[in-house]
This record gives sequence, structure tokens and C-alpha cells, in this order.
Amino acid sequence: MRLRRVTAASVAVTVVIAAVIALLPLTLSNYHRATGASVAVFFIAILALNIVTGYTGQISIGHGAFMAVGGYTTAILTHDHGWSDLPTLPAAAVVGFVAGVIVGLPALRFHGVYLALTTFAVALAVPQLAKNYPNFTGGTEGLALPTHSGLWLYEVGWAVAGVMFVIAWFLLRGRTGRAFRAVRDSEVAAASSGVTLAVYKTVAFGISAAMAGVAGSVYVLVNNFVNPDVFGLTLSLYILIGAVVGGLGSLWGVLVGAAFIQLLPIALTTSHISSSQSVPVIFGAVVIGVMALLPLGAANLLRVALHFGSQSRQSSDIHLGTEGR
Amino acid sequence: MGVLLTLSDVDARYGQVQALRGVGLTVDEGEIVAILGANGAGKTTTLRAISGTVRRRGTIELAGRSVARKGPEATARLGVAHVPEGRGTFSELTVWENLRLGAYVRRGLLREDFRRVAEYFPWLEARRSQQAGTLSGGEQQMLALARAVMQRPRLLLLDEPSLGLAPLVVAEIFRIIRELNDREGTAVLLVEQNARTSLMTASRAYVLEVGRVAFEGTSDELASQDAIRRSYLGY
Amino acid sequence: MTAVVAALERRLWFRPSTSWIVPAALVGVALFLVVGSLRSSLFAQQTISGLANGGIYASLAVALVLIYRATEVINFAQGALATFTTYVAWQLMAWGLSYWPAFACTLGIAFAGGFLVELVAIRPVERRGSQITAVIAAIGLLILVEGSVGWIWGNQVKFMPAPFPSHIYNVGGVAFSRQDLSTIGISIAAVLVLWLFFRFTKVGLAMRAAAVRPQAARLVGVRVSWMLSFGWGLAAVLGAVAGMMAAASPSVLLQPSMMDGILIYAFAAAVVGGLESAAGAVIGALLIGVLLNLLGSYVSWVTPQLLLPVAFVVMLIVLLVKPSGLFGRTRVRRV
Repeated sequence: MRLRRVTAASVAVTVVIAAVIALLPLTLSNYHRATGASVAVFFIAILALNIVTGYTGQISIGHGAFMAVGGYTTAILTHDHGWSDLPTLPAAAVVGFVAGVIVGLPALRFHGVYLALTTFAVALAVPQLAKNYPNFTGGTEGLALPTHSGLWLYEVGWAVAGVMFVIAWFLLRGRTGRAFRAVRDSEVAAASSGVTLAVYKTVAFGISAAMAGVAGSVYVLVNNFVNPDVFGLTLSLYILIGAVVGGLGSLWGVLVGAAFIQLLPIALTTSHISSSQSVPVIFGAVVIGVMALLPLGAANLLRVALHFGSQSRQSSDIHLGTEGR
Repeated sequence: MGVLLTLSDVDARYGQVQALRGVGLTVDEGEIVAILGANGAGKTTTLRAISGTVRRRGTIELAGRSVARKGPEATARLGVAHVPEGRGTFSELTVWENLRLGAYVRRGLLREDFRRVAEYFPWLEARRSQQAGTLSGGEQQMLALARAVMQRPRLLLLDEPSLGLAPLVVAEIFRIIRELNDREGTAVLLVEQNARTSLMTASRAYVLEVGRVAFEGTSDELASQDAIRRSYLGY
Repeated sequence: MTAVVAALERRLWFRPSTSWIVPAALVGVALFLVVGSLRSSLFAQQTISGLANGGIYASLAVALVLIYRATEVINFAQGALATFTTYVAWQLMAWGLSYWPAFACTLGIAFAGGFLVELVAIRPVERRGSQITAVIAAIGLLILVEGSVGWIWGNQVKFMPAPFPSHIYNVGGVAFSRQDLSTIGISIAAVLVLWLFFRFTKVGLAMRAAAVRPQAARLVGVRVSWMLSFGWGLAAVLGAVAGMMAAASPSVLLQPSMMDGILIYAFAAAVVGGLESAAGAVIGALLIGVLLNLLGSYVSWVTPQLLLPVAFVVMLIVLLVKPSGLFGRTRVRRV
């Protein structure tokens, strides 16, 4: 992935998009503002996934689990310990970071395919753990939390999203960022050039999980409810899909991806093109179609349009690392 | 003897790189023809163009039928056996399974074919269950030839059969090629860097240079012209 | 692994080659199971039903290995496809067909379905993208297929007719259910038939050739892309077998998410066995099935909800000790 210079154009685009996001709630109903807040949630989650998958080439299908960790942190702190909402977000980040490091450490030994499987299993296993310790987590019934106005949720969600975006941007441009990309492009070369591979991989996981934890917190606030099924397998899958459809390794693709997974189902049901039952079917078909036609995601489409050039074929930004059979 | 294979004005590319430019050649039924030239001249690409494993344009006809748009699966069914560089042996499978695969496009019982193969390569029978990857280089080359024999092809495309092999083994392989040609009437199109041995086996040869045919003629003609021998054939 | 070997070396005065440690351990496990079964009827019962569960996981695991070897794709949708075919069987029976004819039809439909899925959904993706896009497509397929089940048949739990009236066999005071024994039998039969197919038929050989050396296979006339679709068809058949056996098991309910957990166990089995070894997957599946059952019976804190995390931890441990699985070949990554 080429390092985009801070061009005037990209700054301008950023400002415009930020302005649009900031002003949008004025035109929306309370319900839609809450929906906008969930787009923010997925924005953060996909951003988190991008840090691991897009930039270091490791693949995770388990980020829903990290969201669960953060979300339950917020729920338990506010429900059982009387914390107020916003301070739980940093707490969720810390807990998420720890969880990420715990997963990241064994992940050091796994490559590509095996890591995907492991994170898939994590995504399924964590809800089961939540069900198993009901005293702690409220079990299958879950915990109910106080509601908030749509506007508050929207503002909090996108403010946090903005902060995360800035963090990610700085992270990925500095030395850490170059190290991440070195890991992705060639593990072997990165290892021999002295980058402490283990540290960077684990840190990447930790940061990514911390972000996902925060996303989980906001998610819980938006839904004012938490139970194990909220953070089931589907969530992890949708995050990955959002990341890939938007374009892995691209910060703008994150916005496209988040909008895609949150808004498309709603658009489909409200316009009566399909019933709510058939949404997953269409969703799945769209994903397959996107993979067949536009494997590098929507962000690549934009890049192509801007450069009028040849579409980069075949070279995805990610390798699953199974060199040579 | 009719014409079996005709190439006319054939271009071939690997991505943006043009490997063949307007190559033309013919092979008659029952002939042995050699393609010679330096590394990168396009010899392997020519064979690939015939079997259909590379993008190509132009006229390619097998016994009058155009095969210019056909892939290797189809050309194999039309009687072309391509033994590629590196032999194309299935190292993970046994000798026996390799032979069975050689006859994949054939119908009917294969007992007759196994017998014929055993005549050419008597040692194969004892090694049936050995994993092909554990054979020596020369044995693998002979297995590749045996596999081609199983196919009963009209045209045999051989890519550098002598590569990496000791002179005695090379001599044996060329002997078998001649025998195949004599007994079965199989036409052979042979790509080789070892020009001397090739010219002793083939009746005609084409010399490629940078994707074009630079010279063609009978083996005697090419071998006798000192200039050509020294500049293009390396001896 | 090397640490274990080194420790053994110090004790035994000779260096055991790592290649016999795994078979030796397996023999040890088998002995343990036999002795335990002889001494306790509960142990015997749990072992047998563990093997039955393992049989279900084994069918699905072999399907995963099949597809992975042919196309290097992790088919996350294998479980969902199995669920779909099981619902098809249910539908056939709802329309009046009796069990075994419905089973047979389902296998045929599964083959056709798997074949078509590869053709329509996977092949276009593989041509355009890299391995990860194929994996994402498989995930999209998972969502699509599981969604289709919910859309067509609804999300309520359905009742699946049983293949035969349940019966308990009593051998020396130990009770074995007919269901468990038939599951074990069917799984063995399915895997055996597949093995025979690959070993002795022309098409099977062609598929193996296409999987290991697609370019060379094309040169001998094998239509490699059809072989891949064929492989997906066969994998779908195995999945259908797994789904039918799962639905017949008393602990599994017929609902769209039916195979989600089983898929994880199958993945764990395939990974433990080494993703490229079908035999390894079968052994891994049987081990996991028995292990989970025994843990569930004998260890009090292992509740049904914890089985999945436990399986995950097992997979993790095996991967950490021997990353290429028990029977996989260690890949040397050359610098």
C-alpha cells in the first residue's frame, strides 16, 4: 500500500467529510441519529480491524469478541458499580488492550489460515463464556442500561470515532506505522531487518483490540442493553466484511464499509425490496459479488477513478502467508 | 508423409513481454524436428504455444485442424503430449499413478500400453509403487517419456530432455526417442540447448533468436555451416 | 516439540525421532480408553457417544480438508451448506418421502449444490482475487446460506424424523444407543468410500493430480477447473452426511445455526490433524469428540457452554506445540 502524502486534496476531503458528519444530525430524526451512532460504532470497529489486518497482514475474524470485552466492561461498570458512562470508555480500552495482547501472544506462532481459524473460534467461544458466568455478566438475559438521546449518542459516537481516526492516522504514519507495513509486506524481510517482530505484532493486536473494546462500549450505550448474543459470530463477520468491502488498508474504505454494513440492510427493508428475513441472503450475495468484481474494495474503486489509471489487479494488500505449497 | 503440425505467424506474450514474433514452422508426420537457440530465444514458449499453455496469436494447425484457441486439455485430447521443462512429473504420486495419468485421455483397457511402456523402460515395473519424487533426475525424465508413451500421441513435444543429466543418461534418452519415432511413428518436436546431440537425432532443425526463426534447414545443412554452428549452436 | 524430545533424550539415552511420538501417544490414548471402558460402564458409554460425535465432526472435517487441499480455501460455509442440505432432507420427508430415500436424494442434491456453488460463487472470485478474497467470499457464502435457511424455512426449531426407532443395546451392563452405533458406522463408511474413490478410480486420481500439480495435470488432459467443482460437490456430500447424523442426534436441534458449533469442532479436528491430511482430521475428530464427552461427564465445571471454549483451547495447545498439526508436514520457510 502506498503511503499517501498529505496532499491538499486529501486534507480538503477530510474536512468536508468531517463537516458533513458534524452537520448531518440536524436533518435527522432521533431514531436516525441513533442509527448514525451505530455507523460510528462500526467505523471504529473496522478501523480497529484494519490496524491488524490491513496493515500487518494478520487476519482476525474475531473482533466481535473484543467488542464484547469492552462492551461488557462498560455494562458491568455502569450497572453494578455505578460508574458514569464516558469514563468507562478508557477502561474498556485498557481491558481490550489486555485481551488483545492475550490473543496476540499465541497468535505470534500462527500464520494466515491458522490465525483466521483461531480468531473465528474466539468469536464463537467468547459469547459462550459470557453465558457461562451469569453472576458476572448477567448471563443470557443480559444487563439493561439507561437510555440516551439519539443526539447524545451520535455526538459521542462520532467524537470517539474522530479521536480514533486521528490516533490511527498518527500511528500508521510514524515509525510504528512503517514497522507495521514492513511486517505485512514481508515477515521475513522485516525479521531480518531488526524489527522486533513479536513486539510489533502483539502491540498491533493490543491496540486493535483496545479500539474494538471502545467500539463495543459505544455499541452497548447505543443499544442500552447487552447480552451474549449481541456480540455473536455475526458481528465479527460483519466487521470483517465491512473492512474488506471498504478496502483493506485504506482509511477511507473504513467509512464506506461501516456505512455499507449498517445502512444497506436498513435501506433494503425500508424500501421494501426485501423482507428482513432475506437481508442476510442479499448481504451474502453482495459480499460474494464484491469479491468477484472488486476484490480490493470500494476504496480501490475511488483510487482508480482519481487516477484514471489501470486497476491494480490480483495484488491484494493482504497475503495470508502460506508461502509455497 | 503428410504435414502434421503447422505454425504460421505465431506471436506469444507473457504479460507485456513479447516472447515470440511471427514464428513459423512445420513438422511432418513421423519426423523428428529440433528447435535450437540460446536461452530466452523463445524455444520453450513455442512448445507452450502449441499445447496452449501461453497466450498466443496466429495460425497453429494440427493435421489441418486449428488449435490456436485451444487449451492444453483439448490439445492433449487431439494427440499432443507435452513434456515440459521440469518434466511435469507428479512427485507426490507413485510411478504407477503417473503412468495412469499419462493415459488419462485414452479410453479402453491400458494393459497393452503398460506392456509397451515396460518394453521401453523395463525397470519401471519394479518401481511401480515408488513415489515419483524419489526417483533420480534421469529416471524422472524417463518416467516423463513413459507417461507420454502411455498417451499414444501423434506429436511429442519435448522441452530440454537432457537438462541436468549425465552424458550417458542423455545418450540413453535420445536413443529411446529415436526408438519411439521408429517403432510408433510418433512425430517429435524437440527443444534443446544441446545442439550437437539434437542434430544427430533430428532430421531438421529451426534456430530461434529473440523470438524469431533465424535459420532453418536439415540437420546436415546446419551442422555443416561453420558460421551458424559457432554463432548459434555453440560448437 | 523439540523441548519434549530433548527431555526424553536425556532420559532414554537414545534420540527418538519425532515421527513416532505421535503414533505412540495415540496408542496410549486408545489403551486408556479401552481400559477405562472395561472398568466403568459410564466411561464406556461416554466413550462410545464421544466417538459418535467424533464421527459427525470427522465427516465435516474431511470435507474441509478436501476443499483446502484442492483450492487452499478455508470453507467457512461448510457447516451452513450442511445445514441447508439437512433442511432439504427435512422438506423431502415433509412431502412424504421416507427417511432413507430422502437421505439418498439429499446426497445427490448436495453434490449438485456443492458443484454449482463452486462454479458460481468461488470460481469467479478465485480468478480475480487472492486467497483472502476467496476466504471472504466463503464468509459471504456462510451468511447467504444460513440466511437462506432462515428465509425459506423460518427460524423456529423443527422436528427431524428419526431414521429408525431408538433402541438400546445392552452389552455386559453397558448401554449403547443404536443411534450412536449407526453414526459411527456411517461415518466410517463415508470416509472409507471416499478413500476408495480417490485411490482407485480414474476421476479420483485426476482430482488428486489437479490438487497437487494443476499445470501438469492440464497437460495430461485433466480439466482442472471441473475437478475443483467436483471436489466441492464431494465435500458437500460429506457435509450432508454430517448434517443428517447431527440432526438425528438427540442433543442437536434442527435450526439455522445448527452446525455453527460443530463447524468449530470440525475445524479444530482438521487443524489438529494437519489441514492437509484427511486421516489426521478423522483422528483429530474422534479425539475431540471423546475428549469433550469425557470432560463433560467427569469434570464438574465443564458445562455444555464451556465445551466450545475448551475445544478452542485444545486446538490452541496443539497448534502451539506442533503448528502444522499432528500429521502435517512442517513447512520450512526459507529466507
